[in-house]
Amino acid sequence: MSENIKTVKNATCTFCGCVCDDMILTVDMDEKRIIKAKNACVLGRAWFSQHTIEDAPAAMIDGQPVSVDEAIEEAAQTLMNARFPITYGLSDTTCEAQRQAVAITDFIKGTIDTTTSVCHGPSGLAFQGIGESTMTLGEVKNRADLVIYWGGNPAESHPRHFTKFTVTAKGMFTPNGKKDRTVVLFDVRRTASTPVADIFVQLKPGKDFEVLWALRALVKGRTIDASIEEETGVSLETLKDLVERMKNCRYGVFFFGMGLTMTRGRHFNSGALLALTTDLNEFTHFVAKPARGHGNVTGADNVLSWQTGYPFGVNFSRGFPRFNPGEFTTVDTLSRGEADAALIIASDPASNFPKAAIDHLRSIPVITLDPKETLTTKLAHVAFRTATYGINTGGTVYRMDDVPISLRPAFESPFPSDEEILTSLKARVHELVLAGKNQQSALKTSTSLNA
Amino acid sequence: MAENMILIPGRSTKQGISLNEGKLKEEYQKITSTLEINEEDMSRLGLENGDSVRIFNEIGESIVVCKGRKATDLPSGLLFIAYGPSSSQLMDSDTAGSGMPLSKNLAVQLEKLSS
Repeated sequence: MSENIKTVKNATCTFCGCVCDDMILTVDMDEKRIIKAKNACVLGRAWFSQHTIEDAPAAMIDGQPVSVDEAIEEAAQTLMNARFPITYGLSDTTCEAQRQAVAITDFIKGTIDTTTSVCHGPSGLAFQGIGESTMTLGEVKNRADLVIYWGGNPAESHPRHFTKFTVTAKGMFTPNGKKDRTVVLFDVRRTASTPVADIFVQLKPGKDFEVLWALRALVKGRTIDASIEEETGVSLETLKDLVERMKNCRYGVFFFGMGLTMTRGRHFNSGALLALTTDLNEFTHFVAKPARGHGNVTGADNVLSWQTGYPFGVNFSRGFPRFNPGEFTTVDTLSRGEADAALIIASDPASNFPKAAIDHLRSIPVITLDPKETLTTKLAHVAFRTATYGINTGGTVYRMDDVPISLRPAFESPFPSDEEILTSLKARVHELVLAGKNQQSALKTSTSLNA
Repeated sequence: MAENMILIPGRSTKQGISLNEGKLKEEYQKITSTLEINEEDMSRLGLENGDSVRIFNEIGESIVVCKGRKATDLPSGLLFIAYGPSSSQLMDSDTAGSGMPLSKNLAVQLEKLSS
C-alpha cells in the first residue's frame, strides 16, 4: 500500500439495483485500486476490489491492438454497412452513455434493446397492461409492515435490501425494524433468504400464476377448493391466512424477481401479481416493485422511454421508433438470424443467451464496450476496453425504484468511458449518414439534369 | 439411465463475487458449472459430491460437477445452477413473442458420466 491514500465519501456501488450510495472508499491512488469499501456488502466489496486497471489495449480489431480512433472508424463503418444493426446491453453503464447509444441507433436506423428484455421485460409488458402501483424504497423503509418477496433471493442478489430498506431497517412508522414487520417469501426452494422470512411459502415450480390468481379470488371473497394444495403445493389455509394479512396490513409491498418473469407465463405472472396489488388497494395501501439486477438497468428503461417512448425492444428502421417485444428484442433478432451487426455495450450475451442466439452472434461483426474481458469481447470484431462506471467515471444511474443517483468516481482510468466512446462513434456515424445523404442528393440532381 | 429433472438457473453470491474477478477466470467457470442436486436424488442415482454429470435436453447439453443439497432445501427432481455458459446451452431461443426465453424451470435429463 502506498502513502497516497484518498477517501471518497458517499460513493455509489453500481453492482446491483440497490445502488447503495453510502460507500466510504479508501483508495490507493498510486496503485489505482480501492483497498477498502466500508458499508459495502459481499458483492460490493468484490465489485470495488476487483475493478483495478488491467494491462490491456484500449481498443482491438480482430484481436489486434489499434488506436481508439481507428477502432471508432471501423465500428462506424461496420454499423453503417449493416442492413439490420442492433444495439444491446446498457444495464451496466451511465444514463449519459445510454443516451448516446439511442442516438447512434436512431442514426443507423437500427434496433435498440437492453438486458431488460431477458430480465424484467415481461414485467414491463405487464405494467403496460395492468399498471404499476409504485413507491420508493425510502417509503418502504418508513412505512411497510408487510413485505412479500416473490420468486427472488435477495440475500444473494441484493444483499443489503433487507438491512437498508425492508426488514431490519428502522423507519418513521417502523421504529422497531423487523419487529414492526412481517416478511413473507414465496419460492420453489429454500435459499439464503428463507431464514429471514417470518413465513416461507414453498410452491411447486411453474405454479406462481395459479397461486396469485387464487389469492386474487380470495381477496374478492370467492371460494377456492382445497385441491389448490395438490396443484400448487400451497394449502388453502396458508392462502387464507396470507389474504387476511394482506388486507389488514397498513402498508404492504411485493418485490418480485426472475422466478416470475423467466418461467412459463412470463408477463402473465408479473401481471397477476400487479393485478393482485391493484385489488388489495381496495382494502389498504399496497405497492409492487420488480427487484432489478444490474446497477443501471432501471436507468436503461428510463432513458429509452424518454427518448423513444418505449422501454426496450425499439426499432428505428422506418425513421421513427416502433416497439415490439418478440420482434425487436435481441434474443429474437439474433436467434432468427436477422441481425447482421451488433453493438454490445456493457453486457455479455455470449455467456447468458440461448445457444442459437450465441451461434448467430459468432457469425456477424460485433462491437463491444466492456471494462473486462468476457466471452462476448472475445468474439468481437471491434473491442473497446472502457473505464468502470461509478469507480472511474461520474454520471447518473437509477436505483431499482427509479430514483436517480449521481456517481462519485474513486480514481481515473487510462481507458475512455462508455460515454466518450459512444459520443465519438455517434459523431462519426452522423458524418457518414450526412455524407450518404449528400451523395444521394447529388445523384438525384445529376439524374434530373441528364434527363 | 437418464432421469427427468427441472433445472433452475439463478444468481448466487459466489457467482456474483467471481464475475467481478472476471468471467474468463477459473473461479467463475467452476461456479457456473457446479450443479446442486437434492442429496436423496444423488444417492439414488449413485452420485457423490464432485462427480461429473451430463445435463441435456433437445436444445443442447452441458457437463457439470454435482454438489448435494439437503432434501429440505431443494426438493427432489429440482436442480439449481448459477446461471452462465453451462445453463445457456440448455435454453430454447423461442420467446413466444415476449423477448424473454424461458430461463428457469428448464426440463432437462440428467445422467452420470462413467468415471
